Amino acid sequence: MEESEIYTRLNEVFQDVFEEAIEVTPQLSAKDVDGWDSLTHIRLILTVEKAFKIKFSTSEIGKLQDVKDLIALISIKTRA
Amino acid sequence: MEQLYLQLQWLPQPPHEFSESLKAAGSDAASPGRELRALASHALNLNQLTKLAKVVTKARSERRPLDPLVPFRLALVSNSTTDMMVPALVGSGLRHGLALDIIHPPYDQVAQAVLAPDSVVNVSKPDAVLFAIDYRALPLKLSLGNAEGASAVVKGVINYLEALRAGVKANSNAICIFQTFPAPVEPLFGSLDCSVPGTMKSLLREINHELSQIVPSGGDVLLDIAGLAETVGLATWHNPQLWNMAKLPFSDELIPLYAEHVARTIAAVRGKSRKALILDLDNTVWGGVIGDDGLEGIQIAQGDARGEAHLAVQSLALDLRNRGIVLAVSSKNTDEIARQPFEKHADMLLKLEHIAVFQANWNDKATNIQAIADELSLGLDAMVLLDDNPVERGLVRKLLPQVAVPELPEDPAWYARTLSAAGYFEAATFAAEDLKRASFYQDNARRASLQTLASGVDAYLASLDLTITFSPFDSTGRARIVQLINKSNQYNLTTRRYNDAEVAAAEHDPSVFTLQVRLKDIFGDNGMISVVICRPSGDRGWEIDTWLMSCRVLGRKVEHMVLREILKHARAADVFKLNGTYVPSSRNGLVVDHYATLGFTKVHEDESGLTSWELFVEAADPEIAPMEVVELGFENKDATPV
Repeated sequence: MEESEIYTRLNEVFQDVFEEAIEVTPQLSAKDVDGWDSLTHIRLILTVEKAFKIKFSTSEIGKLQDVKDLIALISIKTRA
Repeated sequence: MEQLYLQLQWLPQPPHEFSESLKAAGSDAASPGRELRALASHALNLNQLTKLAKVVTKARSERRPLDPLVPFRLALVSNSTTDMMVPALVGSGLRHGLALDIIHPPYDQVAQAVLAPDSVVNVSKPDAVLFAIDYRALPLKLSLGNAEGASAVVKGVINYLEALRAGVKANSNAICIFQTFPAPVEPLFGSLDCSVPGTMKSLLREINHELSQIVPSGGDVLLDIAGLAETVGLATWHNPQLWNMAKLPFSDELIPLYAEHVARTIAAVRGKSRKALILDLDNTVWGGVIGDDGLEGIQIAQGDARGEAHLAVQSLALDLRNRGIVLAVSSKNTDEIARQPFEKHADMLLKLEHIAVFQANWNDKATNIQAIADELSLGLDAMVLLDDNPVERGLVRKLLPQVAVPELPEDPAWYARTLSAAGYFEAATFAAEDLKRASFYQDNARRASLQTLASGVDAYLASLDLTITFSPFDSTGRARIVQLINKSNQYNLTTRRYNDAEVAAAEHDPSVFTLQVRLKDIFGDNGMISVVICRPSGDRGWEIDTWLMSCRVLGRKVEHMVLREILKHARAADVFKLNGTYVPSSRNGLVVDHYATLGFTKVHEDESGLTSWELFVEAADPEIAPMEVVELGFENKDATPV
């Protein structure tokens, strides 16, 4: 999947989970967004899985630091 | 088919403007209770339920009243992470008319939460305490092959749960809601796990059985989560990854379903379960249309796949009646014809004596359901309507939002299951008197009087985005035209039958005016729904030889639009008068006033009931119904001037 398309869909996912328009940038991470706590993080990951029809492993989720990591993972998973 | 459950498919899909409507309810409405309930009554996912709950929290913090929602304080104690469930419970509660206030002690403090008198739970004085605990919270020790040891483990678990219950009773006297425990999917021996005492499967089976006895007898409520997990599949239920990562007790995609079950159980405790099932007839209780297909043509027999699907609906309705649910009928039909299968069809399980109120007429369903509710002295919020027709379902939801109307899939094989999955008749208690309730309402299929709700109906129909398409007869439409001409009995003015060759002759005869009519709405394409044949008659006259319509689109003023189309072509052909005839048959009483309604003047009536009518083309101006008109294929086809 093209990176631009991933960004478009991620913007929708963030909108859905956080209920506000959040500009998704590579450096964006939990500390930048109000209400991005550990449970919202799980809800975000589950919503991403559903939106892109992919599944992450436990260790993949554990290594995620910011949006850049997430996008890299999505583009690998959607390449097939 | 587990999607039926996972996606709450008995509920309609949320509207496109869900988020906007929610924002409006959240910021503008002084008393948003009703609007929030309406929004909650859709098939919502976890994120949507979470948004809904935020609006409730906000409204509460601004001290805006939430009536008519019933407040209910629920303490949720659990050994797992329930943070995601709290908003789902609040959102699902709205669907059942409840404003849930959820007390939510920290994770994995089950015993402290209920045993300490000054705990958050006990200080809050909850209406009920839900023990949302799973097998991981129980003092379970496997004692393989040791029956005595196994029963000691079961006893230990039950004593623990009884101690929790005693703590609640001593400190707040709230209702206790206990859940049965879904067994983990990983077997130890395999099939032997059922037989060997002390396996996880055997232990949980014993514990669940014991709970099913002691919880209701102590006046508390059992929520059969083990049964729910089996329904969707234990492998779907248990998700080790989510347990490891976030201590979620079951798969996230099941949270809306779980919350719906908790909410409907609390609604049942508060006496808000539904009490009456209103059945549509054609294509719901039997396959086919009784008015057109006749007693021999409807599908209801064993051995016929379609018939068995409808028999399953009847069987479920009958079982519900035996349980105390009142049955009624609301059908667009001629009363006498609609009663025939109940009286004469050997395969029918439902008989007239099972039906408390029998409303078969040509009025809109909202009017009829209101009449049924009045006749039974039950509230609209006690009613469920089972109807295969999406337009009727939409109309009733719009005009009578208190009535529950399940979505139904295309295939009637799934009707009975869908109705069951919706859980409208969830009961918290069962007593011998319940059995008598349905017969208490029994009065042999009586009819209720109507107070029409017509104005709302017109507004609803206008919202359906109707598109009507007119064409002259052509070779592609011919098979369906022939079928309608030979099958339609009810909305058929003359009941003249023509074969393929005769229809082709009309198609090719330039002096004959023909019309095939199609109708689309937001629910889809109804296909060809009306056929008209006009033949030249006398000096500049047209005789309406055939005019028929499918009863499925009745009440949408399609006939008015068809007449407008006929008049348009009549003017083009320099016709100055239309002649219409009503030829009575045993089935077409429905259209006895067809021409009168459309502004024709009666010129003759004979003793058989046959009536003749005329309409002068120039002055005629029938009512316009709100629909888009499309004309196809009339180029060079208009009848030559006579």
